[in-house]
Amino acid sequence: MGGLLELTVAQAAAKIAAGEIAAEEYYEAWRGAAAGDELNAYLCSVDDGAAYEVEEGPLRGIPVAIKDIFCTEGTPTTAGSRILEGYRPPYTATAVRRLDAAGARVLGKTNMDEFAMGSSNENSAYGPVLNPWDRGRVPGGSSGGSAAAVAGGLAPCAIGTDTGGSIRQPASLCGIVGLKPTYGAISRYGMIAFASSLDQCGPLTRDVTDAALLLAAMEGRDPCDSTSVGIEGGVVAPSQEDLKGLRFAVPSELGRDSFDAGVREVFEATLARIEALGGEIAEVSLPSAEHGISAYYVIAPAEASSNLARYDGVRYGQRAETAADLVEMYETTRSEGFGPEVKRRIMLGTYALSSGYYDAYYGQAQKVRTKIADDFSAAFAEFDFVVTPTSPSVAFGLGEKTDDPLSMYLNDFFTVPMSLAGIPAISIPTGLAEPAGGGPKLPVGFQIAAPAFAEQKLLEAAYALEQAVGFESRPEGVDG
Amino acid sequence: MRPMIDREQVLHVAKLARLRLSEPELETMTGELSGILEHVDRIGKLDLEGVEPTSHVVELENVLRADVPRPSLPREVALAPAPEPLDGAFRVPSPQADA
Repeated sequence: MGGLLELTVAQAAAKIAAGEIAAEEYYEAWRGAAAGDELNAYLCSVDDGAAYEVEEGPLRGIPVAIKDIFCTEGTPTTAGSRILEGYRPPYTATAVRRLDAAGARVLGKTNMDEFAMGSSNENSAYGPVLNPWDRGRVPGGSSGGSAAAVAGGLAPCAIGTDTGGSIRQPASLCGIVGLKPTYGAISRYGMIAFASSLDQCGPLTRDVTDAALLLAAMEGRDPCDSTSVGIEGGVVAPSQEDLKGLRFAVPSELGRDSFDAGVREVFEATLARIEALGGEIAEVSLPSAEHGISAYYVIAPAEASSNLARYDGVRYGQRAETAADLVEMYETTRSEGFGPEVKRRIMLGTYALSSGYYDAYYGQAQKVRTKIADDFSAAFAEFDFVVTPTSPSVAFGLGEKTDDPLSMYLNDFFTVPMSLAGIPAISIPTGLAEPAGGGPKLPVGFQIAAPAFAEQKLLEAAYALEQAVGFESRPEGVDG
Repeated sequence: MRPMIDREQVLHVAKLARLRLSEPELETMTGELSGILEHVDRIGKLDLEGVEPTSHVVELENVLRADVPRPSLPREVALAPAPEPLDGAFRVPSPQADA
């Protein structure tokens, strides 16, 4: 059975299409692997036994782990929150339906930070996810369950959501590939909303080719999400072998002291690899990017405070039973149902939108967002890509940052600017580094950002780099 | 230094957000929000006069569809996840305690 689990999605799909493997056999092998979850990566697995018609399509027979933020008809969907405990949605998210239509099948729902708010997966109401490389460390967040499942050999591929780095950062900390597509590439219909102007669905996979396959299946305009536009020309598996003639920009404000020495070493080595492949490296100034965190932690909580107003105990989810009147029911339901980080962000957002503070916080943050988008536009007039480390450090210890929300937020320093600008960015593993405090080496992610809707070009470059780097490391005990 | 947000403001915001904070939560929240706002406040000092705000990155205008009826979720399916469905509606406690 080990042999089946070692295949990438592209390899398995090709063997299933050629009749060399039966789709059911492949799915069963993964169901068995997922059942051995010791990382708390899954919140629920989808029971088999139900008759299942495998659709014909490019992902025929491929099991996919789905972040528990995507509504799946009749299957529990919690968004990592107590307030949605027991909720079974009456419909399925478009992204999941599209995977299904391409022949894929849901393997299980993965753990996550509550309502996707977090960078360590420690904000889940259902307990933290453990990093398969070192179970004393976090997998990153908020798509921590999806990343740990793929890295830990519990799923061949997964999908997640990225609002400020929630796909890229856990992919980086778990040593896999994570892609945040352009805002609008994939429908948000049925994806439980956190910050609607930033949220975007994307794949977490073993390699760049698999990310392209999942993106190809999911992208496209959806009448149920008026902000979805799809990717013109679609997406195909990448095949580019070099980076000749391509220009890569390193932000001059990056401040190479602002990230760990081990991360810096891997980052520099990856830049050298790009040059060896014929790519050109130069510095570019993104003067407003350093204000990304400040703008993000106004805009995202503001939108969240509005989106999460719907959890009032009336139409779905949990309701506090003891309330004497309606307002008390609302307050008790919300106070018992939300965890500390979600409350913190609702409070922050409500404050930023409240009378007298709106212009100073929300209005100002929206202007910073314009400046950041302008910085990227200027960079892309000269360069093909902007590159940074994905995360300032390798995976940190469980509990290490939980007492200091601001230091947790600063983890998103490299990923937030792309989210604010709405542009696509991918994280690929390019090496291992020792944590700052010493210890066994852990994966380091390299982030490549491209202009809006240039996903194909981004995947081609990431593929060429991936082939040259040849990152083959896996956590101990994981095949493949 | 004066905290960015005081206890009274936190209580007011909690009321707006329909959250009830316990005494220890109130204490922690006041400190944490002050710390975060202090960081966030850096952008308050930037001169952004004349910069257009961005609310959305994809420029879309009037995304329309044909105005034709299509099936929606049946009422009983939509009501099924509700804590207390009643006669095709959502039952809630009285808006006034003594009513």
